[in-house]
Amino acid sequence: MNWAGLYTVLSGVNRHSTAIGRIWLSVIFIFRIMVLVVAAESVWGDEKSAFTCNTQQPGCNSVCYDHFFPISHIRLWALQLILVTTPALLVAMHVAYQQHQEKKLLMMTGRGDAKHMEEVKKHKMRIAGSLWWTYVCSVVFRLLFEAVFMYIFYMLYPGYQMMRLVKCEAYPCPNTVDCFISRPTEKTVFTVFMLVTSSVCIILNMAELIYLVVRACARRGQHNSNPSSGKGSFYGHKHSSEYKQNEINQLLTEQDGSLKDMLRRNSGLQEKGDRCSAC
Amino acid sequence: MDWGTLQAVLGGVNKHSTSIGKIWLTVLFIFRIMILVVAAERVWGDEQDDFVCNTLQPGCRNVCYDHFFPISHIRLWALQLIFVSTPALLVAMHVAYTRHEKKRRFRNGEKIDIEELKHEKIHIRGPLWWTYTSSIFFRIVFEAVFMYVFYYMYDGYQMPRLVKCEAWPCPNTVDCFVSRPTEKTTFTIFMLAVSGICMMLNLAELCYLVIKICMKESRKTT
Repeated sequence: MNWAGLYTVLSGVNRHSTAIGRIWLSVIFIFRIMVLVVAAESVWGDEKSAFTCNTQQPGCNSVCYDHFFPISHIRLWALQLILVTTPALLVAMHVAYQQHQEKKLLMMTGRGDAKHMEEVKKHKMRIAGSLWWTYVCSVVFRLLFEAVFMYIFYMLYPGYQMMRLVKCEAYPCPNTVDCFISRPTEKTVFTVFMLVTSSVCIILNMAELIYLVVRACARRGQHNSNPSSGKGSFYGHKHSSEYKQNEINQLLTEQDGSLKDMLRRNSGLQEKGDRCSAC
Repeated sequence: MDWGTLQAVLGGVNKHSTSIGKIWLTVLFIFRIMILVVAAERVWGDEQDDFVCNTLQPGCRNVCYDHFFPISHIRLWALQLIFVSTPALLVAMHVAYTRHEKKRRFRNGEKIDIEELKHEKIHIRGPLWWTYTSSIFFRIVFEAVFMYVFYYMYDGYQMPRLVKCEAWPCPNTVDCFVSRPTEKTTFTIFMLAVSGICMMLNLAELCYLVIKICMKESRKTT
């Protein structure tokens, strides 16, 4: 399992994201993970072997390196990227659960053949109801993780700048010893680059959050002014099969025509209080 | 054979797991195997080369390194991850055996759809329930054993900066310095925390399976 494996896992989630979510995922993979793997790891590759202290005291080098670099930038970025991308899996799990429910309902109505199962898998889930909450939580967690890691970076490496020279007084170094860091300018450039892309990702996440909230409010406003649309409240957690059937009918009316035709043909569903206005 | 192959092997088992089992597998692959490959192996990469002792005595550094690090953390984690993920193969073998039996019945004349057989999700019931529960039990045991081994070998989970070595041929007591101790402690604690989470997921899954079977039994008797 490596970055390519993570990419495979997350590309599946992409289908159910908003447009901003897809842009965010591309920024993560191209401007952060790819830059990390292709460039930053080589810059930090010799960080310890080329960290030189002006002393012959054995152990002073190791101790001073450990004192000034408790956790390397590369490891922090790797952890940050893994933690920031994994909330998307919450959404993937919720979508899988909803698809499972839809398949069960299709089987109950006698449409459990392979063709309809494939259609359930292929059609894009609308971000509404409980999925909206899961999606919003995942975006909030992403924001939180990004902010926490930026703060950790700031605490560990104040100012985001890499010094050329650090003065070390830890045992067993005698008195104060000058230690020199390898490639400080290149490291500063990459640190600032990763910081900027991190901020861009934070802005994208905030935009996505605002977009989702505004869209939900607009939909709710429409729903309030047109109460006969038959759509369930998005706070509702009604688990009756009738509610679920209505929800699926609504969903299907607004989406894929073939599934809509399939359900229309089944007269049993029509009797179960199909209140969708577009049928 | 590498982590990618293990992922392919275990991905197949995923289909017959409970939801908690699927979450456990995701946590295993993303927060443990991936972190091990992408980050931890780099941190421990120079552990012997940068293990420095304050002496010119030849051989002293090697002997001291061997004394303080009988088995490297990375190797222990790799072993732990392999042992913890392989009980799932018991389940895969049982599922394959069940399918094989069904195919045999088909060949003997019973009408079963072969395609459906391949894609059919097998419910965790009867002997499969016992196999599945045993696999979870073994996972928990292996996790606990390795956590104890780590604790025992490294006196707690912290990596010291300085170790004092008296093994022959080092003269008297020699100061030896471990490379990147803080980063190593951070990753040790991280892997320990994720190991704890995996153990809790396994316990939750075990409780869920036991409760589900008890409820089914009580429904049968009423």
